[in-house]
Amino acid sequence: MAILSARIQLLVAAILFLVCAAVTPLAAQQPTSVNPTAEAVKEQQLLQQLNRIQGLGSIPDVKSYVIEQPQGREWRQFHEVWLHWIGAIAVLGMLAVLIVFYLTRGMVRIEAGRSGINIVRFNAFERFVHWMTATCFVILALSGLNITFGKDMLLPLIGPSAFSSWSLTAKYAHDYLSFPFALGVMLIFFMWLAGNIPNRVDIEWLKRGGGIVGKDHPPAYRFNAGQKAIFWIVVIGGAAVAVSGYVLMFPFYGTTIADMQLAQIVHGVVAVLFVAAMLGHIYIGTIGMEGAFEAMGQGTVDFNWAKEHHSLWPKLKEQNLRTGPGELRGKPSATPAE
Amino acid sequence: MARMKFLCDADRCIECNACVTACKNENEVPWGINRRRVVTINDGKPGERSVSMACMHCTDAPCAAVCPVNCFYTTADGVVLHSKDLCIGCGYCFYACPFGAPQYPRVGNFGSRGKMDKCTYCTGGPEADNSLMEYEKYGANRLAQGKLPLCAEMCSTKSLLAGDSEIIAQIYKDRVAKRGYGSGAWGWQTAYRETVAT
Repeated sequence: MAILSARIQLLVAAILFLVCAAVTPLAAQQPTSVNPTAEAVKEQQLLQQLNRIQGLGSIPDVKSYVIEQPQGREWRQFHEVWLHWIGAIAVLGMLAVLIVFYLTRGMVRIEAGRSGINIVRFNAFERFVHWMTATCFVILALSGLNITFGKDMLLPLIGPSAFSSWSLTAKYAHDYLSFPFALGVMLIFFMWLAGNIPNRVDIEWLKRGGGIVGKDHPPAYRFNAGQKAIFWIVVIGGAAVAVSGYVLMFPFYGTTIADMQLAQIVHGVVAVLFVAAMLGHIYIGTIGMEGAFEAMGQGTVDFNWAKEHHSLWPKLKEQNLRTGPGELRGKPSATPAE
Repeated sequence: MARMKFLCDADRCIECNACVTACKNENEVPWGINRRRVVTINDGKPGERSVSMACMHCTDAPCAAVCPVNCFYTTADGVVLHSKDLCIGCGYCFYACPFGAPQYPRVGNFGSRGKMDKCTYCTGGPEADNSLMEYEKYGANRLAQGKLPLCAEMCSTKSLLAGDSEIIAQIYKDRVAKRGYGSGAWGWQTAYRETVAT
């Protein structure tokens, strides 16, 4: 009997539950007139507000929470159009200027001829730092230009497979040689800072156009205003490419995609201008001026070269004291080179 | 030939992440790489919407434009693919992509991030269709088998649509007309410079 009443109780409870279950949803149902998307986000609206759409995801990669960032198109415009133009104008423009200059002005000669007396201009350590930085720079420049211009210039010549292998090697070289390059820039900064502080003599030097056009020789200390400019271009430009480069090399370490795009823009623009400036530096250090290359080549310069280009350089006085001024004054023009 | 596209009807997406799982499984995508992900906008607030996003296979694709080694190509079906043999892992496609589609196996080891990986619309890569080599590098090639991408095929609410642009746009248009609302064809304006008029 007890079992039966328990069963009836269970049955009643079950029926009651079913009835309740059937009734409640009806009562809780929303009125049909409510628009379920009245407050819903709309793509068009979000894009217009922020020009990017970001939400919340369920994977650890936080970058993936941005689902739309159309400003990538502006970066594309920079990378594919502006950087090509800036790079081409800077590099080809500089080459054109140098060629025209060489053809009209020619090599800047040592007017008094060689004295036969050599003065140490750069010691072994200075030359080592210079050439380490320079070698790295040339490889970095070529591998960097390859990233922007390679696919238009080199790819059609050697084909996709060879071009990819070369680009991959170039990329590794670019990444790893950045370290000795950055070290070199730092050493250059500390090594030559003392001689490269701008002063009044530089204004005079610049006013007279450095004597580059014509046969003028404005006075200068160990480094003239042009060399100081190169120094600061290397230091500031080198720091800029190094910092932006390391941001690119360690992607998304505390940076966002917009930061990465900005870093690439800075890196690209500074780098092509740097290359153009260095072309000028290479020109004047080689075919542009007699007696200039040996300063960094063997480390010494001819006494007359120094007198003409760096008349205020303290080393000249030391040399005068050591050999006696009279002897030097008579000697120069008569002695042939070497 | 058809112009293949994805369309995510965000008003139907229930954020179940089945598309993500399907993609990872079908293509044996390595750990850490997500070719597709679901992102919820205004999470927990009234009017929140979830969107399943992957490579949109853009018209005039930005990734292809900025690639320094030109490793991208577009198939006759409008699917944007790339060659992992040519990719140098520079990461530029990620900076240009409006949808965050390109993925790299490594986060950053002196800039060598490994070969880029992204949604292939289940269309494999340059290797022979459905070859082992193709599968290992790029995953499944369902399109060559006459099937659509698995993410869309198994979407339980049919929120994620894949197929010919005109057909899926029409399906979406009809849905919006019938139910009276739609949050938009997410990404279409950015990817194709045209959206679905609803």
